[in-house]
Amino acid sequence: MTNRTATALVIGVTSDIGRALARRLADLGYALQLAAREAEQAEREARDLRVRAEMPLQEKIVVTTYRCDVLDADGGVSLLETLDPLPDVAVCVVGLLGDHAESLRDPAAAQRVMRTNYIGPALLLGALAERFEQRGSGVLVGVSSVAGERGRATNYVYGSAKAGFTAFLSGLRSQLADSGVHVVTVKPGFVRTRMTDGMALPAWLTATPAEVASAVVEAIQRRREVVYVRRVWRPIMFAIRALPERFFKRMKM
Amino acid sequence: MKLSGWGRYPVLDCRLESLRRSEDLPGLLCDGKTLIPRGNGRSYGDAALNPELTLSMLAMDRMQAFDAATGTLSCEAGVLIADILDTFVPRGWFPPVVPGTKFVTVGGMIAADVHGKNHHRDGSFGAHVEALTLATADGEVRECSRTQSPELFRATLGGMGLTGVILSARFRLKPIETAFVLEETLTARDLDDTMALFEASHDWPYSVAWIDCLAGGAKLGRTLLTRGTFLERRALPPRLTDDPLCCPRASRLTVPVDAPAFLLNRASLRAFNALYHRRGRARTGTRAVHFDPFFFPLDRVAAWNRLYGRKGFVQYQCVLPEAESAPGLAALLLRIAASGQGSFLAVLKRFGPGGEGLMSFPMQGYTLALDFPLRPGTPALLATLDAITHRHGGRVYLAKDACCTPERVCEGYPRRATFEAVRAEAAGTAPRFVSALSRRLGL
Repeated sequence: MTNRTATALVIGVTSDIGRALARRLADLGYALQLAAREAEQAEREARDLRVRAEMPLQEKIVVTTYRCDVLDADGGVSLLETLDPLPDVAVCVVGLLGDHAESLRDPAAAQRVMRTNYIGPALLLGALAERFEQRGSGVLVGVSSVAGERGRATNYVYGSAKAGFTAFLSGLRSQLADSGVHVVTVKPGFVRTRMTDGMALPAWLTATPAEVASAVVEAIQRRREVVYVRRVWRPIMFAIRALPERFFKRMKM
Repeated sequence: MKLSGWGRYPVLDCRLESLRRSEDLPGLLCDGKTLIPRGNGRSYGDAALNPELTLSMLAMDRMQAFDAATGTLSCEAGVLIADILDTFVPRGWFPPVVPGTKFVTVGGMIAADVHGKNHHRDGSFGAHVEALTLATADGEVRECSRTQSPELFRATLGGMGLTGVILSARFRLKPIETAFVLEETLTARDLDDTMALFEASHDWPYSVAWIDCLAGGAKLGRTLLTRGTFLERRALPPRLTDDPLCCPRASRLTVPVDAPAFLLNRASLRAFNALYHRRGRARTGTRAVHFDPFFFPLDRVAAWNRLYGRKGFVQYQCVLPEAESAPGLAALLLRIAASGQGSFLAVLKRFGPGGEGLMSFPMQGYTLALDFPLRPGTPALLATLDAITHRHGGRVYLAKDACCTPERVCEGYPRRATFEAVRAEAAGTAPRFVSALSRRLGL
């Protein structure tokens, strides 16, 4: 990175993970571009960061806000026209679990889950990748999910969308391998967020949004490729992937 | 899910939801059920529990504005004091009042109208709140201050969350030159001595006494009194001048499992108290200490509440009016010493005049706080302590309470009727903001 302040774009900044991440990045001195479905909600987060970061010896960090909805027809790609400057780091934390039963019943609901978790984020990061590639630098981070590693009976609409996103990121990473642009896939596992409110989650498998933020930052700094937030998920998902389909289909996980 | 206060008694099965934006509140209010907001769960008993809906405010933790000329901070109610300290101590600002833990939310501090070691001079936290926004049962968000809806403002300070959901607040931080406190520790051999020392320490901004609640006879009420004042930069010892406003993130010990009940017995408590007293005596005199151990010694051990075992504990905190403090405290301490129960740490503190809050706890006099592990005889012991407290015109602290009765609270809080009237007016037909505590106490 150059001497000037690096800029990070957080797409989906009103989510719990987005908020935690924006705070971490601000602490690290990044200038921030915050994107949310409604600009005024991003503005609320921006105000928080400005109050927190106003250190006497540190120059006031720059926080700007943008409207971006991945459910827009263009997948929110019009955001790119307004970004100034083009960020050094872009993180997409957009996601929607939805209600699986509803997704099965209602095609519109299923489509919302698929578009929010796959089509929108993929188009957006794909468009950013193109500009990053032209510039020859940058880090793209997609927050995908362990749910994308195998279609499970209880959440395969969400899982398949995340699988698509994971595959997209993997391909993008390979395409950009020699371009100076780095692509990170983050698989958080369970996280205590709005998505999991009211669910009984095992504490040892469940991360806080702040832990996810730390994992993202570390992945950016150390140029990691695929990151599980809590390490324990790596062997678990290895085992789940290794199960023969014949047994797996009966487990109804 | 199973929820409790910091004392881990009682434990109730509550529906817990998180509020993330104030716009989401009407949706939560529309189903006609009752609810209580919950901060960081540091009230000890059942004040922040409601089986129908307990509303976590921890995600409402955005800071909104800071005026560096006056130190005025506006923030959402779920902001933790720890967060404010991390952000503002390096800039030379400190909260006007801090309780004994920094892991409390601003909303919780207002709802309990918490006091700190400076109550005798600066009053409770509520005294420093300039304005707050409150969502009431009709879903409306009202700005409350001493000039705008002043009655609702006074009912909300110390109102235990029963008037509505505190969404945000504005209060003034105070300037500090360093993050260090000049601390002086003195020993007092008995209760009279302790009270005389408190009187003599009035000009010190911060004072508190650790009291040996198991010492009887001539030693009844012996204490280690600590008083302190923030150090000015020029008074800082040379070894601390590098970074006078440092705010280190200390690594914390934790209590990973519940301590077995047998560890807490008369002998171990007596030994701990005697040791602590001896150690304190050896450290009398003045020292420069960082504000963190000075104000928040217990925060160094995360989950210290597990020391009292699986069954949990109750904290008993009462205040006695000035004139009744000496005989009242003596009676309480005698009863506690005779019970052989009691805690690792019991705290005595002198209060200044009470504040505006209709249900605020502090009043001019002395407050005593101590923990009791929950045992079969504990509620009975607390009932006798309650009787002593009320005979002397005192009251118990609702943020700590898990065992008190409606009658006692009625006697102890004379402005209760006004509080109920204001609350009823804000609630419309039926009270919507209800906790296990308010049900138990008929509030």
